[in-house]
Amino acid sequence: MNLIYAIVFLPLISFFYCIFFGRIFNKNTSFYLSSFLLIVSAFFSWIVLFNALDNYEIQKYYLFEWITSENFNSNWSFRVDTLTIVMMFLISNVSACVHVYSIEYMSNDKSSSRFMAYLSLFTFFMLFLVTSDNLLQLFFGWEGVGLTSYLLIGFWNYKESANKAAIKAFIVNRIGDFAFLIGIVGVFYLFNSIYFDDIFDINSNITKYNINFFGINLSSIDFICLLLFIGAMGKSAQLGLHTWLPDAMEGPTPVSALIHAATMVTAGVFLVVRMSPIFEYANFTNMFITLIGSSTAIFAASIAITQNDIKRVIAYSTCSQLGYMFCAAGLGAYNIAIFHLITHGFFKALLFLCAGSVIHSLNNQQDMRKMGGIAKKIPITTSLMWIGSMAIIGFPFFSGYYSKESILEIAYYNNSSLGFFSYYIGIITAFLTAFYSWRLLLMTFHGKTNLSNEQFKLVHESPLIMILPLIFLAAGSIFCGFLLYDYFVGYKNILFWNESISLSDEKVQHLPTFQNLFVKTFVSLGIIIATFFYFYNKNLPNLFSKNFSIFYKILYNKWYIDDIYSYIFIKPTFYISNILFVKGDQKTIDTIGPNGISKMIKIFSKFLSYFQSGFIYHYAFSMFIGLILILSWFMFF
Amino acid sequence: MLNLPILSLTIFLPIISAILILFIKENQDSVNNIKLTALCSSIGTFILSFFLWLFYKNSFPNYQFVEKYKWFQDFNFYYHIGIDGISLYFVLLTTFLTPLCILISWDSIKFRVKEYMIAFLFLETLLIGMFSSIDTLLFYIFFEGVLIPMFLIIGIWGGKNRIYAAFKFFLYTLLGSVLLLVAVIYIYLKTNTMNIQELQNYDFNFYIQIWLWLAFFASFAIKIPMWPFHTWLPDAHVEAPTAGSVILAGVLLKMGGYGFIRFSLSIFPEASHFFSPLIFALSVIAIIYTSFVALAQTDWKKLIAYSSVAHMGIVTVGIFIANQNSIEGAMIQMLSHGIVSAALFICIGVVYDRTKTREIHSYGGLVNRMPLYSSFFMIFTLASVGLPGTSGFVGEFLVILGTFKYNITLTFFVATGIILSVIYMLYLYKRIIFGEITNDKLNELTDLNLREKIIMILLILLILIMGIYPNLFLDPMRQPIEQIISNYNIANAN
Repeated sequence: MNLIYAIVFLPLISFFYCIFFGRIFNKNTSFYLSSFLLIVSAFFSWIVLFNALDNYEIQKYYLFEWITSENFNSNWSFRVDTLTIVMMFLISNVSACVHVYSIEYMSNDKSSSRFMAYLSLFTFFMLFLVTSDNLLQLFFGWEGVGLTSYLLIGFWNYKESANKAAIKAFIVNRIGDFAFLIGIVGVFYLFNSIYFDDIFDINSNITKYNINFFGINLSSIDFICLLLFIGAMGKSAQLGLHTWLPDAMEGPTPVSALIHAATMVTAGVFLVVRMSPIFEYANFTNMFITLIGSSTAIFAASIAITQNDIKRVIAYSTCSQLGYMFCAAGLGAYNIAIFHLITHGFFKALLFLCAGSVIHSLNNQQDMRKMGGIAKKIPITTSLMWIGSMAIIGFPFFSGYYSKESILEIAYYNNSSLGFFSYYIGIITAFLTAFYSWRLLLMTFHGKTNLSNEQFKLVHESPLIMILPLIFLAAGSIFCGFLLYDYFVGYKNILFWNESISLSDEKVQHLPTFQNLFVKTFVSLGIIIATFFYFYNKNLPNLFSKNFSIFYKILYNKWYIDDIYSYIFIKPTFYISNILFVKGDQKTIDTIGPNGISKMIKIFSKFLSYFQSGFIYHYAFSMFIGLILILSWFMFF
Repeated sequence: MLNLPILSLTIFLPIISAILILFIKENQDSVNNIKLTALCSSIGTFILSFFLWLFYKNSFPNYQFVEKYKWFQDFNFYYHIGIDGISLYFVLLTTFLTPLCILISWDSIKFRVKEYMIAFLFLETLLIGMFSSIDTLLFYIFFEGVLIPMFLIIGIWGGKNRIYAAFKFFLYTLLGSVLLLVAVIYIYLKTNTMNIQELQNYDFNFYIQIWLWLAFFASFAIKIPMWPFHTWLPDAHVEAPTAGSVILAGVLLKMGGYGFIRFSLSIFPEASHFFSPLIFALSVIAIIYTSFVALAQTDWKKLIAYSSVAHMGIVTVGIFIANQNSIEGAMIQMLSHGIVSAALFICIGVVYDRTKTREIHSYGGLVNRMPLYSSFFMIFTLASVGLPGTSGFVGEFLVILGTFKYNITLTFFVATGIILSVIYMLYLYKRIIFGEITNDKLNELTDLNLREKIIMILLILLILIMGIYPNLFLDPMRQPIEQIISNYNIANAN
């Protein structure tokens, strides 16, 4: 039981060590100590997971009070159920891998102990997020991971692009958090508590309440769930609030693997699943979630097929896979959403770290057009990348196969136009996924090399300490699918989840044979076309981009979303702020206010000073005028 | 121990030592003695006020440490002081910030050190006295007295444009105080008492309440400051010396909020209710408008000054929503802002002492020369944007919580501050701290010295304590606020 404390607080200890003593002692000590602490934490998470496999009782640990105000109360406390344990398992394992990996990857960086400190701090916040027992504490972890993400994206703070990306990530996330925070307040308003236990005691009467917002009457449960989901959209980079994620690739690659692929970006999915007992009642919001999820899936995948930066391709693919998860969650299959979250966590971390390994071997080259033909030089990385790609496209018996198939099944059997829509979108996205994954593999590792001779000679396999975590993650990408399937989705699921999330009563049904073949054909088609394009005839991509230049340009420029935002939001913001300052504060308030008054007084006193000219005839004259005035007053009235 | 007039001692210890300092002749050798005397006495005051905190009973909702002496023979004016849960932490905030102010100006004030220290100690006495007055006239005297040392601090030790700033500050504040004085006199003639507690139970006619409320509002709205009475603040901050800005943002702005709670809300509940839509409108404008204006600033200090106005907008909303959550939130927000903005001004001062410029564009890349400073500044920035775990979050959250109960649409406008503050603060941080060093002058910068480190670590600790265990601060103010709210609700029920 105290393992939970250990799992959560070991990363915090690691953070304190690295931040306070990292500069003092040899930097290797921060590397090894933090990695060791994280491995211990990960090891404990295995023990906890094994204990939880059959029928786990919810456990609670109370630390101390946080905020108490009238009837509002929130404590620092943990609530551990199956969902929490599964998330802890993913986070601490991937984090341990990334810590070990960074020992080599960041060895030449002069502020490496700061880097390790941030990584550990991130892990702490993330674990704190998933173990919290009330929404406000979850929000603490939520903002905390946002902060560490900001710090890590901008880790190389001498780079202007990194700083910009970091600020962008923080601000876009804050837009989501703005909605999330109001959502939390709304939850309190509706349930009089922000503790999960009280919220989950929901009765169906609650759906009848309405809320007045801008004069419109809304079902309160829909309204609140919508706000929470907007928060989730920010963190999980869904359509509209996705723009920060690709830019976040400015951070060091281990960061991208840990934060922007495996853990933090999935926090949004986690939130929806965590709150599933109330999301169940929010019909409108669920439709919205499915719609946004499916759209993001295909939207991001369509961008991924044209990008040339190896990390950006994977970033867009993350976005797209998160769309899948939301799609499942919106359709009410919360267990499948989490299942895909876990498998995705493993194979996406693997893909990123492999990409990092490639970048490392090529001396910080990220452009895929300048790679190629290095498979023989770095066979281990290549084969691991293959494993990751097989997992992401859903190649049979790899982990992605189980989770993605389940999502398509749930969409197919949903029997609604929305299910129909998301099913076909899912298939097209699967096709695109296969295409861009193979494009990435072929452009990076195979075919003729685009490196110069000298560069090509320098290409080397990464050292063992970087490979080991990759192998661990590869094992996860292969096995966790069929090992966990029965527990997450299959016949053991009710016992396993044990009411920690809401499950649908429907039995799992597999796709009919025809549909099944249909899906597989599409995926294979993606691979085949990619092979034609990027292996056999390398002119085809150019031909396509020329003949369909409009489409190509739109995709290549990411549907121009960034440019549109720049015109709608960023530029006007600075423009308005200048206008308000100059015209509002200086020209209006100051001119009418204090400056105006003092000017008035000056004019007035100048006017009065004419009467004190010092000349006797002036005084005599004014006396005379005054006398006339007084006399005429008496004469006429 | 309990027979000791501990509150009076706290109030008058600074001014007694100021008188002592008066007798020291200022020259090369004695400057340090002057500084040390001032520092020791301010620390002594802090320790005394710490005892106040220690002996304060949370369960007892009324004034504690009460002292009452007749002041004038024929009038009902008393020297009547005491502390309740609302004023307790303001007193502590004052006594905590004053030693820091003295420390931060240790090296940066080069001339007229003696007068400077006297001004600060005098200011401290006035501020503590104001927060602990139960007699309205006494309150008024302290409240207006604050203007004098502050005017001198800006006008004598300020920057280039200090005269304009000092007069602007004076003009604005005086306008408010004239009206306040009229209102106070009227109240006395009408009720024949100046006791705040008795006034709370006095039933003013609604129309009279409205006029009195407006008079009080003029004074407090300028002090806090609310839009559109805020333009004195950026100028005063920019021209004031660092310690002046610290005490101005840290404590002086809270006089307005304190006044709103103590007088407007408690004595004129019906008028407060009547005018609350006006307050909400002005506050929302303050939050959104000044956040935008902050973004346009090229002067570091001005930016922080405008951010203060935005933060105070959240406070005023919280106060006039008038439920338990929102007022507690407003109180915490004020305390938090007192610490955080003080810290931010100290951050500016630390670098200003080294470079003598406040233009944002002449900075950049400070992290390369001052890594420790950069980390500290980061923490203060985060506290300012209200990251959970720092003090800034608790106040904002409670205000938003209280607002939601009142009106959901209003909540959205109030909460926009969450997004906007991030934009201007992080953009500022990026321009100051990150990137490569482009200005050659910055290459000679040195990181924090011990004195600066101590100051900043103290502030950080306080920010974290308030962020992680805010109940320490919320518990004493619970009962007094409950009382105010029940009065307010009873008055408005009819």
